[in-house]
Amino acid sequence: MDEKTQVPVVQPTTETPAKPAAESPIRARVVDLGFFYGEKQALKGLNFVVHDCQVTALIGPSGCGKSTLLRAFNRMHDLYPGNRYQGEIILYPEKINVVSPDVDPMLVRLKIGMVFQKPNPFPKSIYENVAAGLWVRGIRKRSIVDERVELALRQAALWDEVKDRLRTSAYGLSGGQQQRLCIARALAPEPEMLLLDEPTSALDPIATSRIEELIAELAPMVTVVIVTHNMQQAARVSDHTAFMYLGELIEFDITSKIFTTPSDRRTQDYITGRFG
Amino acid sequence: MMNEHTAKAFDVDLQELARLVAEMGGLAEKQVADAVGALARRDAERARRVLEIDASVDALQHEIEEKAVLTIARRQPMAVDLREIVSALRIANDLERIGDLAKNIAKRVALTGDFRPQKLIRGVEHMAAMVLGQLKKVLDSYGGRDLVKAMMVWKGDEEIDALCTSLFRELITYMMEDPRNITFCIHLMFTAKNIERMGDHATNIAETVYFMIEGHPIADERPKGDTTTIAGIEELRSPSG
Repeated sequence: MDEKTQVPVVQPTTETPAKPAAESPIRARVVDLGFFYGEKQALKGLNFVVHDCQVTALIGPSGCGKSTLLRAFNRMHDLYPGNRYQGEIILYPEKINVVSPDVDPMLVRLKIGMVFQKPNPFPKSIYENVAAGLWVRGIRKRSIVDERVELALRQAALWDEVKDRLRTSAYGLSGGQQQRLCIARALAPEPEMLLLDEPTSALDPIATSRIEELIAELAPMVTVVIVTHNMQQAARVSDHTAFMYLGELIEFDITSKIFTTPSDRRTQDYITGRFG
Repeated sequence: MMNEHTAKAFDVDLQELARLVAEMGGLAEKQVADAVGALARRDAERARRVLEIDASVDALQHEIEEKAVLTIARRQPMAVDLREIVSALRIANDLERIGDLAKNIAKRVALTGDFRPQKLIRGVEHMAAMVLGQLKKVLDSYGGRDLVKAMMVWKGDEEIDALCTSLFRELITYMMEDPRNITFCIHLMFTAKNIERMGDHATNIAETVYFMIEGHPIADERPKGDTTTIAGIEELRSPSG
């Protein structure tokens, strides 16, 4: 008889901690999602849920499709011809399929804000950067715009640093401040979801810590999906983590489980630096 | 087998930690064997060696701590790697305690008088042999990442506990038979209790090995056979009662 069979089956003494997945409401459900860059399939049959007012991290090696997935959430791929979606991303509570050709990408982008790897403020004043999203939505009344700009800058933990220079160019800010400005710009229209594509990879450790702190502060107010190459960052800031490889979702679970006892060997190899 | 890390130096760090733990384990085993051997034969030279080795065991524990802290700082380990490092720290702690208990036994060699009938010590020697077997097995389970062996050690401690209890009763009987036995028997009782504690540390190591491999603690209730805290009370009562 195989010796291994003698190992008694024992159960973990404690239930996995943190916010249980089943209890928090669902903000978005990804159902059999596929994506094609022309002929090339970049995402294959993805299924998972994004929980409301929690942080979901997407991790995986370069080329695994995590940025492609993030961009599908606000229809960025529609900017190029030949790109094609399969399956659904259902946004709740409206229950609209954000990747359906019948849904206007502009409508999706009004609901879902995005921040990129490199800070990309408009060549305008700090105030105009944050107000831009409001003006696009037809919000023009000065008192309302002023109020929302201040709120967004406060939420992005930038207000105290820029309140006396709102009319100066956004280019005068440091890299970390510019990134927080971009977050404020995304927050001003009060999005239902905030997508962050490697938001700290161009920042120094102090600016990175500020952004991470900011994500923790924002989480109770807005649903965040973050792509990051920094595993420790994913472990620190997120509630749920999805590990992707070659366009497939290998493992999705609560973050504390993924980074301590992942179920899939490939996840373990990736997070412990044994890949490839 | 685990795949290698992309950063090969990380593998070297982990291997070095495991090697230090194995070295420390080997020294602790030697301490236990020497301590009990010295007590059985009243060998002062062998007892002195136990104290000498203890300094090396302590030094190895410090080295493991430093190496572990440095590796955590350098590599920010995750999952199984982090458990390996934490386990090395925990096992080193248990081995250091085993070394201390052996030292305590060795110190008794000089205190035991001339009256030391050999039949009294047989039970302690037998118990020491069992604990050494447990210690060897658990160190093998650590080195070979062997869950089956670790569980055997975990379950096996009950026998040592039971032996300790019966030894206590036996020694109390010897003391009642002949009061000249009392001094030596008292030393043997402390020795037996020290050996029983070593068995507990071997069990701790088995639990650590299980946690390192599986990622969660053992959930079962461990069988316990040590009732030395109350053993012999009836015997003590019976003469007067």
